[in-house]
Amino acid sequence: MHNKSLKQLSDALHQGEMTSVELTRHFLDRINQHNGELNAFISVTDDLAMRQAIAADERLQSKTAGPLTGIPLAHKDIFCTKGVRTSCGSKMLDPFVSPYDATVVEKLGAAGMVTLGKTNMDEFAMGSSNETSFYGPVKNPWNTERVPGGSSGGSAASVAARLAPVATGTDTGGSIRQPSSLCNLTGLKPTYGRVSRYGMIAFASSLDQAGPMAANAEDAAMLLNAMSGFDERDSTCVNREVPDYTATLNDSLEGLRIGLPKEYFGEGLDPAVAAIIETAIKQFEKLGATIKEISLPNTNLAVPTYYVVAPAECSSNLSRMDGVRFGHRAENPKDLLDLYQRSRGEGFGDEVKRRIMVGTYALSAGYYDAYYLKAQQCRRLISNDFQQAFEEVDVIMGPTAPTTAFKLGDRTNDPVAMYLADIYTISTNLAGLPGISIPAGFADGLPAGLQIIGNYFEEARLLNVAHQYQQATDWHRQVPKAFQ
Amino acid sequence: MSLEKSDVEKIAHLARLAIDESSIPDYARDLNNILSLVEEMSSVNTDGIRPMAHPLDANQRLRDDVVSETDQRELFQSIAPKTEAGVYLVPKVIE
Repeated sequence: MHNKSLKQLSDALHQGEMTSVELTRHFLDRINQHNGELNAFISVTDDLAMRQAIAADERLQSKTAGPLTGIPLAHKDIFCTKGVRTSCGSKMLDPFVSPYDATVVEKLGAAGMVTLGKTNMDEFAMGSSNETSFYGPVKNPWNTERVPGGSSGGSAASVAARLAPVATGTDTGGSIRQPSSLCNLTGLKPTYGRVSRYGMIAFASSLDQAGPMAANAEDAAMLLNAMSGFDERDSTCVNREVPDYTATLNDSLEGLRIGLPKEYFGEGLDPAVAAIIETAIKQFEKLGATIKEISLPNTNLAVPTYYVVAPAECSSNLSRMDGVRFGHRAENPKDLLDLYQRSRGEGFGDEVKRRIMVGTYALSAGYYDAYYLKAQQCRRLISNDFQQAFEEVDVIMGPTAPTTAFKLGDRTNDPVAMYLADIYTISTNLAGLPGISIPAGFADGLPAGLQIIGNYFEEARLLNVAHQYQQATDWHRQVPKAFQ
Repeated sequence: MSLEKSDVEKIAHLARLAIDESSIPDYARDLNNILSLVEEMSSVNTDGIRPMAHPLDANQRLRDDVVSETDQRELFQSIAPKTEAGVYLVPKVIE
């Protein structure tokens, strides 16, 4: 049951071969059995799931069901979920039971999907290993001594171990794509503004975007269909028609022009990962694509620029966590300043504090031009590189991450080393472009992902390219032994 | 430039973050490492480059100034650390 695609599950539900209640119970049992080992879930919402499953079965019976009705999923614990703790991986929000639903939660609920629970994540989505979570690290199902990646590490681990058929994630600098790469998933970060950010706890508002984390491209397309679309409650959401992302999955790749940025194959890339990517590219040539080397000359600016823009925006966004209206409050504050300082000092972990301080410094009087303004200009240069490249090619390909999953604890003492590993994913957030990571092979039993970047609103093309590759390969069908 | 202990204390104060005295050297080291990473930006000339605030250069959408939400004060205050008679309680601000 847990190795079926969303399409297969949907067909089985519609044909009455199984009920949503049975399916939901199956996944809840798997979570119960395996979550102790993986720590993928912060909250398991059994009661909510069973209520939604019963309602889904009624819709299926009365023939008012859609393609996703009755299918369970896991939400990253960054999405506000009414009546459910929404912690964002932080002690600060450990007591926070959301009074409302995020638009993504609302839309998927309206589609009839069943919420199994809320997945573990780096605190406020700040991290690339899921080790900054207040609830402890998530383990990679492919090797439990290794990280699943981050920040959507719990979503990645839950789908990789088939504890959920599919999950939501968010991506500010690679937080959907990098864990998808490290856990052998298909994870898509849509164009900025494609999916509503309403009720998605803000980290860096000009970069944050939600997307699907799935076992394959078709599943991702089905989920994206239901997640996307205009929302009045998010002022940066784009009012533009949503195509049916499943409709073009089978288009031919004949004549597809692929660009390989030379900056993505240089120093720092693990040779084993490089070999996997080269093999994947050859497969695309067999499918009729042509390859061209391109250059994204300002790639070296991406990490530095990101570490101004993201901390600056996070320092502003996280100022709402003040111990007054919701969340953690320090005991016996002696005055208001003490209330703010100790509530925040106790509620936030080290990485979040570091980023708030970097952002506060960058935005403090006298430094704005040197940091934030300069970063916004560098951002334009990075974006211009991509637009120039897209005059010659249809999609850009390269590795998602420079290595496979690293060991727990290996990089926790050196924040900058952790940041630099996001080199291939960060640029697309700065430019606002869509990017997808798909399973491309294994090195020493650990998966590595191929990243495909498209121009604005080319999600359908990315999914088509990914799906065609998955028709010719079976990397995406590999499941870690302990969870088959 | 390099941040000193007093700079870290000042930044933590501006950010309203209580941090342990003993962890200040670690924060100073980490913040300096991050700022030297960021320093790479100064290697490029950005004169005349228009800053990019929104990836699609979209303008802020405005809505009509009409009531769109209902009163949910009780629900919202049910999750607050401390309330009384419909207001949020904080330590006394004015003596």
